[in-house]
Amino acid sequence: MSSPLTRVRLKQISQLIEKGKRLDERGLHDYRDLKIELGLIERAEGSARVLLGKTEVLVGVKVETGEPFPDTPNDGVQTVNAELVPIASPNFEPGPPDENSIELARIVDRGIRESKAIDTEKLCIEPGKKVFVVFIDVYVLNHDGNLIDASALAAMSALINTKMPNYEVKDGELKIKQGYTPLPLKNHPITVTIGKIGNTLIVDPWAEEEQVMDSRFTMAIKDDGNICAIQKGLSGFFTPQQILEASKLAQQKAAELRKKLNW
Amino acid sequence: MNEKTEKLIDKKGIRLDGRKADELRPIKLQVGVLGNADGSAYIEHGKNKILAAAFGPREMHPKHLALPDRMVLRCRYHMAPFSVQERKSPAPSRREIELSKVIRESLEPALFLELYPRTGIDLYVEVLQADGGTRCAAITAAALAIADAGVPMRDLVVACAAGKIDDTVVLDLYDAEDKLGAADVPLAYMPALNAVTLLQMDGVLSPDEFEKAVDMAMTGCKKIYEMQKEALKTKYMVVKEVEE
Repeated sequence: MSSPLTRVRLKQISQLIEKGKRLDERGLHDYRDLKIELGLIERAEGSARVLLGKTEVLVGVKVETGEPFPDTPNDGVQTVNAELVPIASPNFEPGPPDENSIELARIVDRGIRESKAIDTEKLCIEPGKKVFVVFIDVYVLNHDGNLIDASALAAMSALINTKMPNYEVKDGELKIKQGYTPLPLKNHPITVTIGKIGNTLIVDPWAEEEQVMDSRFTMAIKDDGNICAIQKGLSGFFTPQQILEASKLAQQKAAELRKKLNW
Repeated sequence: MNEKTEKLIDKKGIRLDGRKADELRPIKLQVGVLGNADGSAYIEHGKNKILAAAFGPREMHPKHLALPDRMVLRCRYHMAPFSVQERKSPAPSRREIELSKVIRESLEPALFLELYPRTGIDLYVEVLQADGGTRCAAITAAALAIADAGVPMRDLVVACAAGKIDDTVVLDLYDAEDKLGAADVPLAYMPALNAVTLLQMDGVLSPDEFEKAVDMAMTGCKKIYEMQKEALKTKYMVVKEVEE
């Protein structure tokens, strides 16, 4: 990773960004090409594959029954897990989730949870006893930077794609009926990550830019433009002024993405 | 559950624990509280009781984790099983792993990592009692522990949260406000450098409310910053008196 060639290249990346240019010829505030494919895993209740430039993330949604949390007896349960699969990068290792994959999962989870994207009240089968549990599993297949935005987009797309089996409750037993209904959704949060290199803010950093990035700022934005989650990351800092700039930029990019995706 | 109908802040702007919207909880800071750590600090922030200990800069264990060109800061945020209402398993939860990471990243900008190649600092934060805002109180104490260990710093790091309860943006949420309120924005700050080193948010805020919360949290940080400096002075003034 730190061979002489890459060091020269990393220096070139930061010098270019200072001049307002990027190595891949994008504008500082441009996303890479975005492609979303839905429902490619038939075994899962919902799935989506997102290609953000060369970054590739697959999300599968499984819906099963389970117990609700004691403090929310009438709500279904949402869980997000992220796997940085070793096939995705020479720097990923097999083993239990490390802090990076836990942070990724928790950022994706927070955006969906705090925006109340899933209508959990409709996932209650028997209050306090039985509810639907929505497992959102993020599978990173190729790492070329900005895993957060790609994963959040893939997770939300997979939820939109999710179909639940029809059911009826007879004597406390769950009977599956024919047919499917879409997972009840109330919101469609969009997550935008801004990177800071030197004193320049960039949108959608790719892998090599991430290596010279000082800090990042991630914001999840609801349908109505309100903010539902934020996470600053990496070992650098932001001035209060830069936070406001990053926040405005993230809101603008989220609105653009929302229009494009038609969410 | 009628908790939702109960107001968290009344018409006069007084909160359930008697504070005004922009008022901090009482804070007590103490530096050098542990015998075996190179640096340590204790914070009582409302009902939060947190110990922070710093060891190092010292040789890294295991050795292969050492970096040839800089120091490694390792941080573990951990909650005691008895620190919360329902016993918490002592095994690290996903929340604790995330908080350990963001606390480390909030402190790294304050350190001259490149001056201590091949070494490491181990920072341990133990939450003995939690009452909302533990990550912020932990950062405030951790910065003092590192300073107490004699490690040069660009500035102290100080943290404080702002948030929204009912329809009001308020400073320094305690447990009930955090759980029943609308949003929580923890923020860490280096006042002398005007640098924000930790910023998170959950809940829902409009862009205007978010800006207000950031402002309010920074004002809170500046107040705690004075207490931090006072706590350091208190310890080292006492040492001076003994010498004379």
